[in-house]
Amino acid sequence: MIKKNDHKKAWIALMIAVAVLVLVGALDNLPHVPSMLLTVLQKGAIYALVAVSMNLLNGFTGLFSLGQAGFMLLGAYTYAVLTVPVERQASVYQRYEEGGLGFSVTQSLGNSMGQFGLLLGVVICLILAGCVAGFFAWLIGLPVLKLKSDYLAIATLGFAEIIRAVVQYEKLGPVTNGSNLLYGFTGFTDFHLGSLKLTTVMPFLFSGLCIFVVVLLINSTYGRAFKAIRDDEVAAEAMGINLAKHKRMSFIISSFFAGISGALLAMFQASVQAVAFKAAMTYEILLIVVIGGIGSITGSAIASFLFVGCSEWGLRFLDNETTLKNFDAKVKFAVIFGVLIAAVVAFGLLSMKRKGEKLITRAAQGRPAVRWGAVLGLAVAAIALLWDVWFVISPRLKLPLLRSGFRMVVFSVVIMIMVLFFREGIMGDKELWDLGKKKRSAKAKAGVGNE
Amino acid sequence: MLDKILPYLLAGVSVGGQYALIAIGYTMVYGILRLINFAHGDIFTVAGFVMVYAAATMPLSVSIPLTIVLTVILGVMVEKVAYRPLRTAPRMSVMISAIGMSYLLQNSMWYLTGGLAKQYPVLPWISDRVNVAGTTTSRVTIITPFLTILLVVVLVVLIKRTKIGMAMRAASRDFETAQLMGIKINNVISFTFVVGSFLAAVGSMLYFSNYATVTPTVGAMPGLKAFVAAVFGGIGSIPGAVIGGFIIGICESLIKGSGLTTFSDAFTFALLIVILAVKPTGLFGENLTEKV
Repeated sequence: MIKKNDHKKAWIALMIAVAVLVLVGALDNLPHVPSMLLTVLQKGAIYALVAVSMNLLNGFTGLFSLGQAGFMLLGAYTYAVLTVPVERQASVYQRYEEGGLGFSVTQSLGNSMGQFGLLLGVVICLILAGCVAGFFAWLIGLPVLKLKSDYLAIATLGFAEIIRAVVQYEKLGPVTNGSNLLYGFTGFTDFHLGSLKLTTVMPFLFSGLCIFVVVLLINSTYGRAFKAIRDDEVAAEAMGINLAKHKRMSFIISSFFAGISGALLAMFQASVQAVAFKAAMTYEILLIVVIGGIGSITGSAIASFLFVGCSEWGLRFLDNETTLKNFDAKVKFAVIFGVLIAAVVAFGLLSMKRKGEKLITRAAQGRPAVRWGAVLGLAVAAIALLWDVWFVISPRLKLPLLRSGFRMVVFSVVIMIMVLFFREGIMGDKELWDLGKKKRSAKAKAGVGNE
Repeated sequence: MLDKILPYLLAGVSVGGQYALIAIGYTMVYGILRLINFAHGDIFTVAGFVMVYAAATMPLSVSIPLTIVLTVILGVMVEKVAYRPLRTAPRMSVMISAIGMSYLLQNSMWYLTGGLAKQYPVLPWISDRVNVAGTTTSRVTIITPFLTILLVVVLVVLIKRTKIGMAMRAASRDFETAQLMGIKINNVISFTFVVGSFLAAVGSMLYFSNYATVTPTVGAMPGLKAFVAAVFGGIGSIPGAVIGGFIIGICESLIKGSGLTTFSDAFTFALLIVILAVKPTGLFGENLTEKV
C-alpha cells in the first residue's frame, strides 16, 4: 500500500519537474519574453540551490555557518579554471606568462562529442567544483566544527575571507589569474538542442537535481539524525548519533552544493572575480533562508525567486526618478498609496487585537506600559497619510525619495520587518507538499471508514 | 633594520588602538547580551559620514560633539529596534536581526550619500605631520594609543567603581538573577550601547583621519577585525579586547610591510580560527561551563 503511494508521488513529482522544464524551455524560445524574466529565473534557480545548501546546515543541522560565499568562490573558480578554452587562455591570463592549464575539459569533450560532450564536461566540472568545496569544508571542519553557535559563525565567515585572499594571491596567478577576471568559459548560452535555446533550462535542471538530492538526504536516516542534532545535541548523542561525524557530514555536503551553485553562478555571469564573493553575499543568502523559513526547502526556493525577482526586477522602479504625467495620475497614485498605508495599519491593529495586546496597558505597579513600537508605527503611518494629502494639494508632480539606492533601503526595511515580526518566514518549517496534508489525512480516514 | 620596521610598527600601533576602541563595543555587548553586534562596524561608518557632513557646514567645535551624540543615539536606537524585541528569542534569531540591521544601515548609507567615497575632513593639529625617531607620520598615529589607553582606564574605573558599572558586571554574570536583584536590565543594556557607540565614534575619527575617505561598506572589515580582536583577548574582557586590538593591528601592519598585502586580512581570520581551536575563551576570557 505504502509502496504504491510512493510510486504515485514519485510520478507526480517527475511530471511536475518535466512540466516546469518544458515551461522554462518555452519561455527561453518564445519571442517577446522580457530578458529580465529569464535573468531572474536563472539567478533565482542558482540562489535556490545555495539557499537550500545553507538551510541544510543552518535549518536542519542547527550549525550556524556563514562560510557559504567562500565555498561558492571555490566552486566558481574550480569550474572556471577547468573550462576556459585553450585559445582564449592567452588573453584571459595576459598578466601571467604560462598562465592557464593548457587544456579545457568542456572544450575537448565538446569538440569530440558535440552537445553531449559539452554536457558531460560541464557535469564533470560541476562535480569537481563541488568536490573541491567539500574537501576544503572537511579541512576547515576539523578545527571549527567543535565550536558553538556564534563562534562557529564567525570562524566560517573568517575562513571565507581567507579563501578570498588566497585566491587573489599573486603567486597563484597562473592558475587563478590573481585578482583579475576569469571569463570566456562555457556558460549556459552554449547549450542548445538543434536550434532550441536551453539557456534557462540548464540552471533549472542542474539546481533542481541537486535540490532533489538534498530532499532525499533530509528524508533519509542521516537527515533525521541531522534534525535530532538540531533539536537537542545531548539527547541525540544519547540516542547513539555520532555528533562529530554527522556534523562533519552535513557541513561537507552543504559545502559541496554551495560549490556547485558557485560554479553555476559563474556560468550564469559568464565571468568570475573573487571580489564579488564577500561576506555580504553570505548575508544575502542567509536572509533568503530566513525569509523562506529556516528548515523549509521549498521555502528557501520560493524565497530565492522572490528575493532575486524583487531586487533585480520588481522593485527596480524605486531606483528611477519618476515624474507623474498629470494631475489625474497623481490622484490615482495618492489614493493607492493611502489605501496601502491604511491596509497595513488595519492589518497591524487586527493582529494586535487577535493577540489581545493593547497600545497602553496599565501595569501592576501603576506606571502604564506603552507599546512604543506600535505607537511609532501609528505615528509613521499618520505622517505618511498627512504627506499623501499634502502631495495631492501641492503642485509638484515629481515623486520624492525615488532615486538610485532607494530600492535596497525599502528592501532591507522589509527584511527587517520579516526578521522582527514574522520570524517563521514564508513557510515556517513546512514544505509545500505538507500544506495539503491535513486534508489528505482527513480523506484517508474517511477512506478507512468506507473499507 | 629598526628604521625600516619602525614606520610599520607605528602604523600598527595606531590602527591597533582604533581596532581596540571598536572591539570594546563588541566585547561589552557580547558580555551582556551574548550577541555579536554585526551592526557595530556600520555604526562606526555612520559616525564617519556624520562627521563628513557636519564638518562641511559647522565648525569642528560643534561637529565633533554632534557626531558623537548622533552616533550614540543611533547605537541605542539600533538596540531598541532590532535587539530588544528579540530578548527572549533564540540566539540565532538575534544574530540574524543584527545581520539584517547591518544590511539596512549599509543600504541606507548608500542611498543617502549616493554611494560615492567622501573626503574626510582634515582635523587640524591631529592630522599634522610630525617627526618620530627619523620617520615622519601624522600626529594621530602617536595620539591614538595614548588616547585609547586613557579611555580604557576611564572605562575600567567606570565599571569597577560606579553603580552602573556594578550593574553591568552583574548583568554580564547572570542576566536573570541581576533582574531579580532589581537591576533595570534594559537601562544597563542601553548604557552599554551608549559606551560602545561613543568609543566607535572616537575610533572612527581617528581611523578616518588616517584613511581620508569614507564609503558605505568601509566599516565592515575593521568591524570584523575588531571582533576578532575581542575574541582573541577573550570576549567579555575589556583589557583583553585592547591587547587583542593592538596585537592584530601590529601584526597586520607588519604583514603589509613585508609585501604580502593580500594576506593581511586573511592573517586576522587565520589567527581567529587558531585561537578558537586552541583556546576558545581567548587570552583573558573566563572559563564558562556549558549548562545543559
